[in-house]
Amino acid sequence: MMRSATQFRAAGYSINIVGLIGFLLVFSWALVAILAPWIIPYPIGEIVDFDYFGPISDKFWLGTDYLGRDILSRILMGARYTVGISLIAVMISCTLGVALGMTAAVVGGWFDTILSRFLDALNSIPSKLFGLVVVAGIGSSIPVLIMTLAIIYTPGAYRFARALSVNINTMDFVTVARARGEGTFFLIRSEILPNILGPVLADLGLRFVFIVLLLSGLSFLGLGVQPPNADWGALVRENIGGLPFGAPAVIFPSIAIASLTIGVNLLIDNLPQKIRDRST
Amino acid sequence: MNKHVLHLVLARLVIALITLVIVSFTVFAATVLLPGDVVEILLGQAATPEAVAGLRAAMHLDDPAIWRFLQWFAGIFTGDFGISYANNMPVADLIGPRLLNSLKLAGITTVFSVPIALTLGITAAMWRGSWFDRTVTVLSIGVVSVPEFMVATSAVLVFAVYLKWLPALSFANEIHSFGQMLRVYAMPVITLSFVISAQMIRMTRAAVIETLNTPYVEMALLKGASRSRLVLKHALPNAIGPIVNAVALSLSYLLGGVIIVETIFNYPGVAKLMVDAVSTRDLPLIQTCAMLFCIVYLFLITTADIIAIVSNPRLK
Repeated sequence: MMRSATQFRAAGYSINIVGLIGFLLVFSWALVAILAPWIIPYPIGEIVDFDYFGPISDKFWLGTDYLGRDILSRILMGARYTVGISLIAVMISCTLGVALGMTAAVVGGWFDTILSRFLDALNSIPSKLFGLVVVAGIGSSIPVLIMTLAIIYTPGAYRFARALSVNINTMDFVTVARARGEGTFFLIRSEILPNILGPVLADLGLRFVFIVLLLSGLSFLGLGVQPPNADWGALVRENIGGLPFGAPAVIFPSIAIASLTIGVNLLIDNLPQKIRDRST
Repeated sequence: MNKHVLHLVLARLVIALITLVIVSFTVFAATVLLPGDVVEILLGQAATPEAVAGLRAAMHLDDPAIWRFLQWFAGIFTGDFGISYANNMPVADLIGPRLLNSLKLAGITTVFSVPIALTLGITAAMWRGSWFDRTVTVLSIGVVSVPEFMVATSAVLVFAVYLKWLPALSFANEIHSFGQMLRVYAMPVITLSFVISAQMIRMTRAAVIETLNTPYVEMALLKGASRSRLVLKHALPNAIGPIVNAVALSLSYLLGGVIIVETIFNYPGVAKLMVDAVSTRDLPLIQTCAMLFCIVYLFLITTADIIAIVSNPRLK
């Protein structure tokens, strides 16, 4: 029995220890984002310490910020903004990008050429700059941020999905389906999508990391999530004054970002073989 | 260079030009066509209907958007970038000295990081799988997967707070001696170098490893060539194209990094100018800075592509 169990795992769905660590990091941040309001030790807006940039202590596990608010509570609540905004944005950009990419590969011709050229052009605007320009034009709010992040990363998702779909599109079973007279939508949904799903999911993870980094960068510049709300990038910005004394208030939000992005990277790099190589 | 290569290069240049037009349209559209009336923001409390109408007319905001776009686009090529809303100076005069500062920062960073990154990337590929390679790989992945401002704050913590070698977040505009200059540039250059080196090391390593996997390198190995001969004589000459390509692509990460670094270290460059312009909604200034960044970025990635085409021995 033991032997057959290990054999089953070896058949492709096993995950190694590094991947497991990545998964646990990502999973625990997701949990924190959901449960934040019930697990924070202090209300996030309340000044609880007479000292500002307080050190790590029994009362304040990660110290206090520039106003004397509890940093642990603010980081836990910040997870909602960082994880939530990035997750919605990556869902939109990947759905849009993958749908367009598959359509372009199946339809081909002028539709493909024009769409590819246009999205490639969008891709050659540096992402941080795109964010700056949009925020300058219409100001920053959470829906605007989500849409901006989604638009910035759609061309990349499109390119990736299109490249995969073009390969699948030349396979015999697609030709057969075409000969049967199936429509474009059927081809995309039943022939292409199931065969590119694994790599697309891995790509979604990497794109999530890019979005977290860009969101944090924008918030750090004061152009992302606006006060009184704060995501992790905004927390670093608020407390940057504590940097010369090495205050924990500026170090721990950065560590939170790093643990999330590195966690996702570890998870993606060590995904079970079966998921990663679905298309081959 | 034969006809085929020339054709490919020309095609790439044409694509770059088309991209430039689309990009400039996007930049213009994002800043001008979207909701939020600039005039009302500029006038603030004094926004009476008459004043708004007067200023709109004076700023030609009532003209059709496409006409304004064409005028603005023509202005880019004639050096007329418009007048800054915030302080009524020509945008070109505002950007000029700032651009010089940014280029200095970028130049120094490039001079520092390219040799270091190439050495690390190539040696890591040479001893692939060794503890040296693993350390370099893990460190570069670490730097790539954290935000730029974290690299900057970590550099400050290490060099200013714990080691006390350098000033933390101050930037002196007055530079009197070489020592002072070193202290001023050290922190921004260190941060930027980390950001672009990490990319460059990864790409260089990948490029060299790819050539090491080719049959002719295997042949050299079977003939008994030493590891350094294998890499330096057989693999490296063939990897030069991909490596230069990697360098050009990595330099494009300077643009993202420079925005953060100039802000955090209060460095008087174009990126800082642009971030400040965003808070005052100074649209002509933002548009020009954005175009400047896009042109540099486009230039770098087009150069990278052309180098890849020209250096591809299969096309000769």
